[in-house]
Amino acid sequence: MNLKDTLPPNVVFTNADALINWGRTNSLWYLLFGLACCAIELMQAGGPRADLDRFGAVFRATPRQSDLLIVAGTVTLKMAERVRLLYDQMAEPKYVISMGSCSNCGGLFDLSYSTLAGIDKLLPVDVYVPGCPPRPEALTEGLLVLQEKIRRERYLVRKAA
Amino acid sequence: MSGANFPQRRTDPVLPRLTERFGDAIVGTHSQHGDETAVVARDSLHDVMAFLRDDPDLSFDMPTDVTVVDHLPRTPRFEVAYHLTSTRDLRRIRVKVQLDASDARVASVKDLWPGMDWHEREAYDMYGVTFDGHGDLRRILLYPEFQGHPLRKDYPKTRRQPRLGIEDPG
Repeated sequence: MNLKDTLPPNVVFTNADALINWGRTNSLWYLLFGLACCAIELMQAGGPRADLDRFGAVFRATPRQSDLLIVAGTVTLKMAERVRLLYDQMAEPKYVISMGSCSNCGGLFDLSYSTLAGIDKLLPVDVYVPGCPPRPEALTEGLLVLQEKIRRERYLVRKAA
Repeated sequence: MSGANFPQRRTDPVLPRLTERFGDAIVGTHSQHGDETAVVARDSLHDVMAFLRDDPDLSFDMPTDVTVVDHLPRTPRFEVAYHLTSTRDLRRIRVKVQLDASDARVASVKDLWPGMDWHEREAYDMYGVTFDGHGDLRRILLYPEFQGHPLRKDYPKTRRQPRLGIEDPG
């Protein structure tokens, strides 16, 4: 006789990683943080039409409560220090989406005297979203890709560095 | 636009008043379609600006902008351009000062308009023009460790500056 048949129907078997990751993927709170025109698209993505809320992603106004940093826009060298500070203030586990060409590789301002050509010189990036700026659909896709990545993580087994 | 209290635009020229008052201190004037420009000797700048602000007939009360033009390789190399607006008469004037590269400094007019503070800091940041008497002439857009002034014509356009320990190969 199967053990499952002895239990009431509202009991589900799973493993701890899958359960925790199910919770984590569907509550990706991102930092309310924008740097340039990509931030406008980020606002659209959070607005009622693209609606990131339906994936459990809501913005938080403090890095202490955020799981996800969306680097939305041109990172100037002066701002880079602050971006790093915000990232350092976030609690683990934390993720970074690089949104738009400027943040990915410098983009239009690659040769400028004052910009950082790619946020990945400063932070570990999980998902790059191309575009200048990316449409809200593209950012939503980036979020779904990140959710897929988190879903596959073995959260309880911390790999040695 | 109409309305009882809305200011009326004045179109009578300002430049004759300046040349009459300051004579040789006005190095040159230019006017096109009512856009007037006066080139002022450097030592007289503060007096001219104070006159433009305080004269009851002129009343240029708003410091719209301060910019610099780098005319390399021409001499004098720099031209500082002040843009003033009269909100009462709805008219504008440009005042320019020409500066040599070896002595690129001019009196600050921050004491006349507090709004000139950040304009002058930006002009210093981007062009390296010094405003004497400003008192707080720090960089405003770039970070303190930045070397050089990036909007000068001889600033290498591909030059990268190290920052945060990140060496950017470009």
